[in-house]
Amino acid sequence: MSSNAIPSNVITPLVNGEARAVPAGSTVGDLLRSLALDPRMVVVEHNRTILRDRSAYDTITLSPADTIEIVHFVGGG
Amino acid sequence: MASNGTGTPVDGQNAIAARLAELPELSNEEVLRYSRHLIIPDVGLTGQRKLKAARVLLIGAGGLGSPLALYLAAAGVGTLGIVDFDTVDFTNLQRQVLHGTSDVGRRKLESARDRILDVNPHTKLELHETFITSANALELVRDYDVVVDGTDNFPTRYLVNDACVLSGKPNVYGSIFRFEGQASIFGTPDGPCYRCLFREPPPPGLVPSCAEGGVLGVLPGLVGVIQATETIKLLLGIGEPLIGRLLLVDALRMQFRTLKLRRDPTCPACGTRELKELIDYEEFCGVRQAAAEALAVGGSIPEITPRELAARLARGDDLDVIDVREPHEWEIARIAGARLIPLATLTEALPTLDSAREIVVHCKGGSRSAKAVQQLRDAGFRKVWNLAGGILRWSDEVDPSVPKY
Repeated sequence: MSSNAIPSNVITPLVNGEARAVPAGSTVGDLLRSLALDPRMVVVEHNRTILRDRSAYDTITLSPADTIEIVHFVGGG
Repeated sequence: MASNGTGTPVDGQNAIAARLAELPELSNEEVLRYSRHLIIPDVGLTGQRKLKAARVLLIGAGGLGSPLALYLAAAGVGTLGIVDFDTVDFTNLQRQVLHGTSDVGRRKLESARDRILDVNPHTKLELHETFITSANALELVRDYDVVVDGTDNFPTRYLVNDACVLSGKPNVYGSIFRFEGQASIFGTPDGPCYRCLFREPPPPGLVPSCAEGGVLGVLPGLVGVIQATETIKLLLGIGEPLIGRLLLVDALRMQFRTLKLRRDPTCPACGTRELKELIDYEEFCGVRQAAAEALAVGGSIPEITPRELAARLARGDDLDVIDVREPHEWEIARIAGARLIPLATLTEALPTLDSAREIVVHCKGGSRSAKAVQQLRDAGFRKVWNLAGGILRWSDEVDPSVPKY
């Protein structure tokens, strides 16, 4: 999708290194739901800070230039 | 040398240097064996002798432990400690290249010893056939320079992390699931630890293990070799170690990404250091509570054994046998006469079930079907039984032609 095709009500923060279109006003919680991720199975880093309080996910609104890293719990060996 | 008893990290390089002084020169056979190392200026004779003086502890001789042990031994790491209590089984062979078909049924440490000493008879092996626990972990790691985490569960990962932080040992971390892997080095003097990234464990049972969800056979090779590389770099003191960086491996897209990690000043292990001794990690990860709850629920769930079910089917009793596994499991093995309703779709399938008929539910081992029985009972079904031990026990006790997986 070229940048001029992105509607104004959509923002594209970097999620795991790739621009991902989400509706403006989306929270971290909205992003996880759109990815069908259980918040308890991942750690989320928002602009280089790990979010320790999962209950705050729905209160953190994403900005267009935000960087989000979602790291899964992986335990196998 | 190992620990100064205050929990202050000690530089592993100093311990190696002290041992190096007493190490004899390499023999001509060793010079020939390590020739391709000796001609790399960054390794050379000095580096090779450092490897020989080094003591590395591998926790786990499974998927990750296999390439780790083989490559570290081949590279000339002088002393390899290996902690494992397990026995080789057929499901290990798809990825645990340390063990062969003829080793099935042997202790993993025995087959590891044979294989490693064939790769490099100069390797001094210290085999610890035990579970690593809070009671023995500090003792186990004490005499090693580097600890490598090749474990397969969260309680042990937190245990290894905390033991390394308390002892000041670098912890070369790796983990795998399906097509995905992670690697880093935790527990160095200034770097972050596992708890800086994963402060709290996931709820028990939520994150599937490789035994539950599978793993691509080559993935532990990929990640274990990264751990082996980082271990050798640490021992040689060369390059840029994977400290403060989490390497994320995506084998499906063949993408490698690194994520910067910082020590968290509020981390109870390496930040505030309020964690002064090892804790009960099963409790910390909720494993014990979950097992107790499962037992309590299981106790209230009516069961039928495979033999009882076979006898009733042979008599011609009208039973609705429902398999709640996934379609890809159904393709591998099934019980004749059963029909597939994956657990996740059971709720929507309820209208197709007849509560007047007797229903037997099964899965692979009996735990998913126990949940299904509970769901059915909650929905008002009264004549519902769980097949004890699932299709695995059915294969053992009734029909060996059904493959086990």
